[in-house]
Amino acid sequence: MKQRVVITGLGVVAPNGVGVPAFLTAIKEGKSGITFQQKLKDLNFSCQVGGVPIISEEQKLAYFTPLQLKNFHSNGILYGVMAGMEALKDANISPALKKDDPLWDLGIVFGVATSGVEKFREAIYKLDEGNVRRLGSTAVIQTMASGISAYLSGMIGAGNLVTTNSAACSTGAESILMGYERIVSGKASQMLCGSTGEDGPYIWGGFDAIKVITYKHNENPTKASRPLSATASGFVPSSGAGALLLETLESAKKRGATIYAEILGGSLNSGGQRLDGTMTSPNSTAVQKCIKDALTEAGVSGKEIDYINGHLTATSKDSMEIENWSAALGRKGKDFPYINSLKGMVGHCLAASGSIEAVSTILQMHHGFVFPNVNCEDLHPEIANLIASERVPMKEVKTTINVAAKASFGFGDVNACVIFRKK
Amino acid sequence: MTSEEILAKLKPIIAIYLPEDVSVSAIEENSSLTGELNINSAHLVDIVLDVEDAFDIEFANQDMEALHTVKNAIEIIQEKIT
Repeated sequence: MKQRVVITGLGVVAPNGVGVPAFLTAIKEGKSGITFQQKLKDLNFSCQVGGVPIISEEQKLAYFTPLQLKNFHSNGILYGVMAGMEALKDANISPALKKDDPLWDLGIVFGVATSGVEKFREAIYKLDEGNVRRLGSTAVIQTMASGISAYLSGMIGAGNLVTTNSAACSTGAESILMGYERIVSGKASQMLCGSTGEDGPYIWGGFDAIKVITYKHNENPTKASRPLSATASGFVPSSGAGALLLETLESAKKRGATIYAEILGGSLNSGGQRLDGTMTSPNSTAVQKCIKDALTEAGVSGKEIDYINGHLTATSKDSMEIENWSAALGRKGKDFPYINSLKGMVGHCLAASGSIEAVSTILQMHHGFVFPNVNCEDLHPEIANLIASERVPMKEVKTTINVAAKASFGFGDVNACVIFRKK
Repeated sequence: MTSEEILAKLKPIIAIYLPEDVSVSAIEENSSLTGELNINSAHLVDIVLDVEDAFDIEFANQDMEALHTVKNAIEIIQEKIT
């Protein structure tokens, strides 16, 4: 029989809240994590706002030894370790002792887009000066893509598959489905899944250059990220990490773990940059197919979806995304599910977005609310023509969410959609 | 500088890289860096960089190869600063 997969642990590092309790309060209140970024202004960026998690030295020392923090310049690994270890602790799973075997049935899929870019920059300066011998021992481990899964594995003693996935902005949602499939196939009983994203000019510069991030709100950062809005003018770059501990229903019950939700299924596909799909723009046919395939795999109909956590980045593509959801679910107007975008509060956490948004989805299901769409007071008329404005709440709505859909779409024309059921 | 002075300056540098279960008092002339002190061998290059900065010297590849014990470190440093 197919293994049932449930979520028993959550962890998050977001621009508007570090740790699940702070993040839960923030999303209920619609708290923004977007701030003015002086460094971007100094470097002549058009967009001078961003979302960066605030982390104290004390918080760092709760997860890393002083030696690990020496010459440490990879905030992606920092955020990912904090979120991942929080999820493990939340699930009440203890790391393996150094003298013992690793946890053979626990694996890790933790995604990134780019790792240790600050570390890489430091290394490049030394290299170009002919000083390769002065790179030290940490240049490789902080800049390899799999640095985050390697750090987590060392702290936990994971003995199953330990890897890093990368699929641009669908990385986070993809990591969850890769872990889910590992468990469904019977090859692991617990998987720590998630993704992490770095911040700063060297990560965000390319997005500024292609004009997909907004330059219109530098004076008013909290208003800058405007998903679904008529005045959306590009996304706001941000960073952080989200993590979910997945395990078999059997294992969760045996341990007496808190079960937040079940993963009913999902779909990963690509539009192949065919039809209207390109390197940077989604193929709507593939997006709709991804959502429909996810429903089929989950064994639910479009009618059963109570809530959608959208990708919705605050670009001109938001209307198209709503059109795709509407067509895939066969629902419109007042019959459309509740929908929101976390990006109004935290911006677009890029590779980390899917996992942070999945954590927000599970929290809404578990606590019975839909968080407010921030900066959406002027709903885009094309969207208002498709779905009723009351389905895009501006204030927190208390409601029961039984079945939720979370989708992420990424550069390269790749898609991921996950279906969750409340426990 | 005497060996004792070099050792005194060397101790805090090495101490940073000790595993949690090895105390600073274990750093003696004859202790092996990756043996008794159980320092991760990847960190030897970091210790060398810190020593280079502290003593304003430069280790050659051969020096790295000859570096096994605290005494080796003292001798290499002694030779380079005189």
